[in-house]
Amino acid sequence: MSTEKDSEQQEAPAAEKKQVPAKLDEQLPKFEKDLADKVVAKFGEKTEVAFVKPDRIRINVKKDNIKEVAEFIRDDLGFDHAESVSGVDYPEDKEIEVVYHLGSYTDPQLSKQILTLATRAPREDDPKPGNDSTHLPSLREIFYSVEFHERECFEMLGVYFDGHPDNRRLLLPEDWADLPPLRKDFSIKGR
Amino acid sequence: MTTQLPPGLSLEKVDEKIMTLNVGPQHPGSGHMRLIIQVDGDYIVACDPDPGYVHRGEEKMAEYRNYILNIPHLERPVIHDSCNILYPYCLAVEEILGLEVPERAKYMRVIASELNRCVYIQYWLGIYGIFLGHSTMFMWPMGDRELLIDLLEKMTGARVTHSYFIPGGVRNDLPANFEDVCLRQVNYFEKRIKEYADIFYDNPILIHRTEKTGILSREDAIRLGTTGSVLRASGVDFDVRKKEPYDVYEELDVHSNVLKEGDSLARSKIPWLDMLESCNIIRQALEKMPKSGSIRQKLKPNPRGGDVSVYKRVESGRGSLGCYIVSKNKPEPYRLKLSVPSFRNLIALPYLLKGEKLGNMPAVYWSLNYWPVEADR
Repeated sequence: MSTEKDSEQQEAPAAEKKQVPAKLDEQLPKFEKDLADKVVAKFGEKTEVAFVKPDRIRINVKKDNIKEVAEFIRDDLGFDHAESVSGVDYPEDKEIEVVYHLGSYTDPQLSKQILTLATRAPREDDPKPGNDSTHLPSLREIFYSVEFHERECFEMLGVYFDGHPDNRRLLLPEDWADLPPLRKDFSIKGR
Repeated sequence: MTTQLPPGLSLEKVDEKIMTLNVGPQHPGSGHMRLIIQVDGDYIVACDPDPGYVHRGEEKMAEYRNYILNIPHLERPVIHDSCNILYPYCLAVEEILGLEVPERAKYMRVIASELNRCVYIQYWLGIYGIFLGHSTMFMWPMGDRELLIDLLEKMTGARVTHSYFIPGGVRNDLPANFEDVCLRQVNYFEKRIKEYADIFYDNPILIHRTEKTGILSREDAIRLGTTGSVLRASGVDFDVRKKEPYDVYEELDVHSNVLKEGDSLARSKIPWLDMLESCNIIRQALEKMPKSGSIRQKLKPNPRGGDVSVYKRVESGRGSLGCYIVSKNKPEPYRLKLSVPSFRNLIALPYLLKGEKLGNMPAVYWSLNYWPVEADR
């Protein structure tokens, strides 16, 4: 049914441009660059600045470090809430990426900024309902506002958030017994 | 590591003997969602919102359709505010495809978006009125709403589901003489909604029912990540139109309405004040809009995005609405996520209802400006 789709997906280039070329450094917006530099200065190798654009910063971290980085972003940079939590499935990399978009209400300087904090969890080859081998630490203790977003991510992509107090289904039916629907293996009938 | 929560933000487990009530999902005042409420006598001790009864899988559907085919179905989650839900999608796709929107189209988008905001708020206000037992407040907004729906129909060709915004501009040009008609109707509309104060907002019965019910403090509103009218009713001045102006909002004088009380009355007043502000914005936009010019940049068939991810947000009728698109050199988005204000505000409901009387439930629930279909997507 979806063989055409799958082959097309495999052809797509998997490598992402994650490094900022050094020669472009001067052109980068200063305020955003300073924020990103603060994170890099504190955590060094543990973090990777994926891009710095006007009003947008993206930082990739390993899942073991995400809690300390998130805490630093909240306490020292001043981001105070999560706007959205999105999960993205990458079957070619055997990984699921969870992306937190963080914003600030309290600091007027940061009101335009969205800091994107992304982490990846290994994904099982053959996802089965109830097979919770995809784990990530929950950020609910740090950003209280992620509670429902993480619940949605849990049911839609099968990412189990360790330390989340309420890992229940939110939008899907209670008797849903199929793959998590936003994984790429789950295909819509007829497409 | 662990954050200590203030006492107001703790939800403890309650006894088995306490009665559990299911409010919804068959829409007896809950919208298409269920609230599992536990009551001790007349007082609510716990509330567990259970959305998902109108989940349509918009985000999954978007992965199978190209950037143009995604337009009509993405506005379905909130058809009364269809321009504003497409707005962040169009902004994001424009950044991915590198499109430049003509000046005139930017102003037309602002006008359509503000008209749509009023249409949405009028619909919500009607429901808020009827669930507080105020049937006149159901009739008036539903009637006055038609004025703006007529304008939008002239502009876009459809009464509610406009599909008007497209990446690169808007779909069709304004009809002849639209500016004059729009100005006249908006002026009349503004006069009408000012009268709502006499019958509704200054009404002692309404004030008695909504004042000091469901109070959300400023700190909790920030901590819970609420947005839009819920956030601004709790004293946080955050309006995306002002804080991160998109399209031509920078050139317009936008005033964001903020109240400090954080109760149901304040939350229900903010959207009404927003409508008055929208009338100001529309008048400014009509004046500054170029009288002629291109309305869209032409798209190549099946445009492909690069290898990028983009997050854009706008201020919709309910609050900040974000769209996150991951593009992977394909005509379709690899992943599309809508971060909708209804979903973000829902997290506040258990804290607002705790300790309230059951009879105050509709006053608190509807004051969240919550649209179940949008929250479920």
